[in-house]
Amino acid sequence: MFVNRKAPYGTIYALESLEVVLIAATFDQDVSLVFLDDGVYEIVKGQDPSGTGIKNHSKTYRALDGYDVEKLYVERESLEARGLTEDDLLVDVEVLGSAEMADLMAEQDVVLSF
Amino acid sequence: MKLALMVSEGPYTHQASDTAYNFAAAAVTKGHEVMRVFFYHDGVYNATKLTEPPQDDRHIVNRWSALAAAHKVDLVVCVAAALRRGIKEEVLAPGFRISGLGQLVDAGIKADRTVTFGD
Repeated sequence: MFVNRKAPYGTIYALESLEVVLIAATFDQDVSLVFLDDGVYEIVKGQDPSGTGIKNHSKTYRALDGYDVEKLYVERESLEARGLTEDDLLVDVEVLGSAEMADLMAEQDVVLSF
Repeated sequence: MKLALMVSEGPYTHQASDTAYNFAAAAVTKGHEVMRVFFYHDGVYNATKLTEPPQDDRHIVNRWSALAAAHKVDLVVCVAAALRRGIKEEVLAPGFRISGLGQLVDAGIKADRTVTFGD
């Protein structure tokens, strides 16, 4: 499980997390992604970083199902705190409360947080 | 227990590599195996032998090299993250090697616990 907690731009964490996810998928692992805190902004629709000179990597999230990465979870509290709903997201996700998210994390063999 | 570590912050700016080192040193002292430390993001700066801190400060890079030599810890620097930041073979300190993200995934599979140090 890869936990994404940072905004998509401003730091490189989101991009380099995505790179690990793609590699892990090629290792035939049971890969899932969690988006919480500012990490929910990573999958918000309509990203346009063109004015910053940094590439828009948000399209890659839409390609994840091609790598058999289909388990995407978003924390409800993180969405609500930022005035976002599932309709604002560019991929299909499962929205979970923080308690359910904690249970899910406890089941994982490995959790890597970025 | 077999442990793998990921260090995702640069030395001196951030405490992550200090804490990771102290954790690793304590683990091997207690008889655990630290099979690999994977350096990612700015963590790749932990690997350059060009590092020269003031004499009264800890030498974070040499400390990793010494740990690797004494306890066969595999110090792996992510190639993509390293090349982005100007870290190449010719600047690697002893004990470090450059390899791919697959080494991080492999560590997660083989280790009993994978512990991340960073923000």
